[in-house]
Amino acid sequence: MRPLTTSLATSTLALDRVTKRFPTGTVALTDVSMSVAPGDFVSVVGPSGCGKSTLLRLASGLDDATSGTVDVTAAATSYVFQDATLLEWRSALRNVELVGELRGVPRDERRARAQDVLELVGLTGFEKQHPRELSGGMRMRVSLARALVAEPDLALFDEPFGALDEITRLQMQTELQKLFRLKRFAGLFITHSVSEAVYLSTRVLVMSGRPGRIVAEIPIPWDYPRPPELRYAAEFAAITGRVSAALGEHS
Amino acid sequence: MTSHTDTRPVDVGALPAEPSSTPAARRSPVLAGLRRALPIVGALVGIAVVWYGVSYLVLPARQRFLLPPPHEVYGGAFSNPQLMGPMLEALGRSFAVALVGLLIAVVFGIGYAVVMSQWSWAERVLYPYAVILQTIPILALVPLIGIWLGYAFPARVAVCVIIALFPMIANTLFGLQSASAAAHDLFTLNKATRWQRLTKLQFPAAVPSIFTGLRNAAGLSVIGAIVGDYFFQQGAPGIGGLLRVYTQRLQMEALLTSVTLTALFGVVVFTVFAVLDRAVVGRWFGRTTR
Ligand SMILES: Nc1ncnc2c1ncn2[C@@H]1O[C@H](COP(=O)(O)OP(=O)(O)OP(=O)(O)O)[C@@H](O)[C@H]1O
Ligand SMILES: [Mg+2]
Repeated sequence: MRPLTTSLATSTLALDRVTKRFPTGTVALTDVSMSVAPGDFVSVVGPSGCGKSTLLRLASGLDDATSGTVDVTAAATSYVFQDATLLEWRSALRNVELVGELRGVPRDERRARAQDVLELVGLTGFEKQHPRELSGGMRMRVSLARALVAEPDLALFDEPFGALDEITRLQMQTELQKLFRLKRFAGLFITHSVSEAVYLSTRVLVMSGRPGRIVAEIPIPWDYPRPPELRYAAEFAAITGRVSAALGEHS
Repeated sequence: MTSHTDTRPVDVGALPAEPSSTPAARRSPVLAGLRRALPIVGALVGIAVVWYGVSYLVLPARQRFLLPPPHEVYGGAFSNPQLMGPMLEALGRSFAVALVGLLIAVVFGIGYAVVMSQWSWAERVLYPYAVILQTIPILALVPLIGIWLGYAFPARVAVCVIIALFPMIANTLFGLQSASAAAHDLFTLNKATRWQRLTKLQFPAAVPSIFTGLRNAAGLSVIGAIVGDYFFQQGAPGIGGLLRVYTQRLQMEALLTSVTLTALFGVVVFTVFAVLDRAVVGRWFGRTTR
């Protein structure tokens, strides 16, 4: 693809004037250009049905753009689904191992790696449990572990915490932030929650209602780790206010 | 027998929901067992009451031979080895027919569903045959089966296979297609092969439905065996064959006893598969299938 700026040339993911029209005639995205560089954690907020999931599916290669280019330079991409999407007949450990199994990683190696990531997400001792025996938050941790076990350069998240209760949700945000700093993947994160987007991200993109366009890009200034109390700071409220205003103008 | 012509899972006789969520049941498994047995015991008592009523109150003494009271039927028959010997042997033969028929239906049914699950054109081409097989009344096929396969064991098995096949196919297919779109995406993103998708996603996801199918197919297979040896009488008789003989000779005690035996046979087979279903699916999936 033709690099627009130098930052795009080094990006992990770059979309250039992407449009997506489904065979049904629905136009989900129009003229979307955006990029995610290493070290970026980009959140996308937008009204329901504006094409956020579609954007992620294009980025992951699950679906193709109608026009424009999607350029992924990441060697490994992983995807976290809205509900944990675990295989209910497999234990937590075997769910994480699945990725290695599908890619032909030898058993001992993939098991050791799955074990390590489960420890990282705080699930040591729960390896043998089946999804039904885990809480919603724990299932999402397994799902995060499964995404991280492939050592992705780019991690895509489609409203992963949308189904969790408020308390668990805040815990998972802290957890994800820790993982982001530790594993150094670039993140593209879809959410409905403005405060979640602001708390987690280096940048927040605001999309308009369908057909989705990117109507605002708001950089988030704070370094990581960000303390949970940041959510109550005046400067935090100021930025969430700006995001909400951009959302309100275009939905 | 019910007749289903759609892809929804077929369940001709789901057990009532387990009342294990009630506090009493959770406290004591014995109590829970009793609670579950109570309706069945009640039903048996009900049958006995009606039976006695018909024998003594409805039928005049002259016609009481049409429905002798239970104690006369069972008291005479169960203590008579000349009657019970051949009856149990016949039951054993019917069991063999049902088992072989079920096995063929299971293997073929799962295979057929797997093929249909892999290509959408295969489903479009193959599903109508399954529906046709299901919708032709078995009695209409009996003459053909006899002419083509003879009147002995193979023909009896064929009847079992034909009536047990559809629930196997329909339930397995439903199960193979039950994995979520997101789970399929997960496999796609990890570049899973068709074989990996089948063995690591579709098939495990289908296990609960396959057990539902198995339970129904087993029940139907018993019916098939009895229907089969009712019509195909060559060789040693099955219990269905005896039913016919007793009917012709109007041996009411023997007839009612063998009817009871076939009922018990059906109940036992159904229970075995229901327990198996609950054990396997309950352990792997943590839920009881409907
Ligand atoms: N496969 C498809 N075929 C046809 N239309 C589709 C398809 N997938 C999505 N759409 C349509 O495209 C639009 C955008 O869908 P998308 O799922 O991307 O929205 P979203 O922003 O993720 O919504 P939500 O916030 O509710 O998850 C919707 O109108 C949807 O109905
Ligand atoms: Mg969505």
